[in-house]
Amino acid sequence: MQANVAGVSAKKTERLLNLVICLLATRRFLSVQEIRSAVPGYGQDTEEAFRRMFERDKEELRELGIPLETGTNSHVHEDEPGYRIARRDYELPDITLEPDEAAALGLAARLWQSAPLAGATGTALLKLQAAGVDAAPVPAALEPRVGASEPAFEGCLRAVRDGRPLTFTYRASGGKPPSSRSVEPWGVVSWRGRWYLVGRDRDRDAERVFRLSRIVGDVTEAGPAGSVVVPEQVDLRGMVARMATDEPRLTARVSLRPGTGWELRRDAGASNPDPERDTWTIVEVGFSDPERFADRVTGYGPDAVVLSPPQARAAVVERLRGLAS
Amino acid sequence: MSAAMGQLPRLLALVPYLLSRPGVRLAEVATTFGISEERLRKDLNLLWVCGLPGHGPGDLIDVEFEGDTITLSEPAGVTRPLRLTVDEALALLVALRALAETPGLFERDAVGRALAKVEQAAGAAAGAAGRVEVSVEGEQRVLPVVRGALQDRRRLHLSYHVPGRDETTERDVDPMRLLLVEGRSYLEGWCRRAEGVRLFRLDRIESVQRLEAPAEPPPGATSRDLSQGLFRPGPNDLQVTLALRPAAAWVADYHPCESVREGPDGELVVRLRVRETGWVRRLALRLGSQGRVLAPVELAEQVRADAAMALAAYED
Repeated sequence: MQANVAGVSAKKTERLLNLVICLLATRRFLSVQEIRSAVPGYGQDTEEAFRRMFERDKEELRELGIPLETGTNSHVHEDEPGYRIARRDYELPDITLEPDEAAALGLAARLWQSAPLAGATGTALLKLQAAGVDAAPVPAALEPRVGASEPAFEGCLRAVRDGRPLTFTYRASGGKPPSSRSVEPWGVVSWRGRWYLVGRDRDRDAERVFRLSRIVGDVTEAGPAGSVVVPEQVDLRGMVARMATDEPRLTARVSLRPGTGWELRRDAGASNPDPERDTWTIVEVGFSDPERFADRVTGYGPDAVVLSPPQARAAVVERLRGLAS
Repeated sequence: MSAAMGQLPRLLALVPYLLSRPGVRLAEVATTFGISEERLRKDLNLLWVCGLPGHGPGDLIDVEFEGDTITLSEPAGVTRPLRLTVDEALALLVALRALAETPGLFERDAVGRALAKVEQAAGAAAGAAGRVEVSVEGEQRVLPVVRGALQDRRRLHLSYHVPGRDETTERDVDPMRLLLVEGRSYLEGWCRRAEGVRLFRLDRIESVQRLEAPAEPPPGATSRDLSQGLFRPGPNDLQVTLALRPAAAWVADYHPCESVREGPDGELVVRLRVRETGWVRRLALRLGSQGRVLAPVELAEQVRADAAMALAAYED
């Protein structure tokens, strides 16, 4: 049984390869009957069986990205269109890489860790090698890796690639119940190791950034390919960065115990000795959201005291009272 | 790199590959295409019977594979590989752009030239690559020094911030690898102070100094296997259970958890392992009323004591 299946599939590969060779070799469009007589494997079936087989074969070639051209030769009037493969559309253009360029490509090819991009990288490299590019040794001490473990990644990537609207269920931050979203996707961005979908939320009629890990279940394609219009000059990464960080607009003064609060010190504009607390340092740190800033400072417990502004100080005191009770 | 190609696309790549490499070794071709030598022989046998219409002796693909080398002399018109698909162009171009935008990691000039050439070869298929972006925090401040030391095999002196203890440490490190994982960059090296292989996140390096001494990690120093993720709990790590209200659910997104389950009242109950209790104490303080330590009890008590002590400073 196994051998039989393998035999059938080898027969099919042979037929398809002969079909590609035949259509690449012709300059004029070949009629279906010409193809039938030229390609071994089409001969012996009934007309109807042959037609079905040929339809499936065409579909299969197109799925591989083989540009099957349909048309009629100008000098004849035929009922049916003919087929050919234009060499300039089929063939990978000339490409030669210097050894350092090939090494850069090899390093880049290591980036993707998961389907579908890891697989696409592998087949792309084979095509380049088939074009005569030689693989170059990549510095072993460099390991760039980008994962995409979010289940929604593949669906979002496909929708972005094809320019199709999407719907999905999204768990927003702040503990709101999951809600259904209808989105025109503009791009996907990996930022600080997490994937985001950027686009226009149709119901809210506004630009939105979605974290892929918060998409619940599957994404559903909700429109034809090419129907999403991505605005020109859209700054995908900038939109994600703005959502994920907040621009400092206020300044707090925080007193820190010696040797603690490293991240606050790193972000601090100025630092001076604390006149009230021996050996402590007062740093000035920018922030925008008093609540989020209070969370951050509360994390330092007895090692940090907010001196100003009053609303940040009050927010920290409120948190500490809750924790201490 | 696994390159799982179907048989037809593989054959369409194999013909021009062999055409440009007369006398190439069979074993090398099998490795490149990620298939067994037996499978490759079957492929070659299939090529042998395919060719131009007519299928006379001069029309067929001509390939010789006696012994352990292969020579293809007649490609039947399949002289070039098929163009890159949109997915293939996207995978390569987005990765090259990510490298190009991480200065100091690899010769920027070479990355830029490779990018331009692949983009040119991809043609129309390159379009979608602009809609996928990967941003890596390269840490321009320290990356070039680290990269240079790796290349020249030199020891480094680091002032390094340990977040678990919120303190800065001084140590000499023999660099082994530079990792860019999950959007951040890390130096993996033999820490001479800890006498072990350690990871140093580049943004936590306060200052770095290249030393004259050569980098000499001991023979037993092995790089960690990244296939299971960057951080794996050690046997001595403390197991901590937290109850998270919805506003603190981000903790489960940010930190690798051993288990996550829905608790009563819409809380998430997560279990994680931590090396340093300092870190989880600060996390619990930071979460405030949005998160509680369920276990161990001593940790919950410690958090309460920290908060009471902190509060005293405000009530003076």
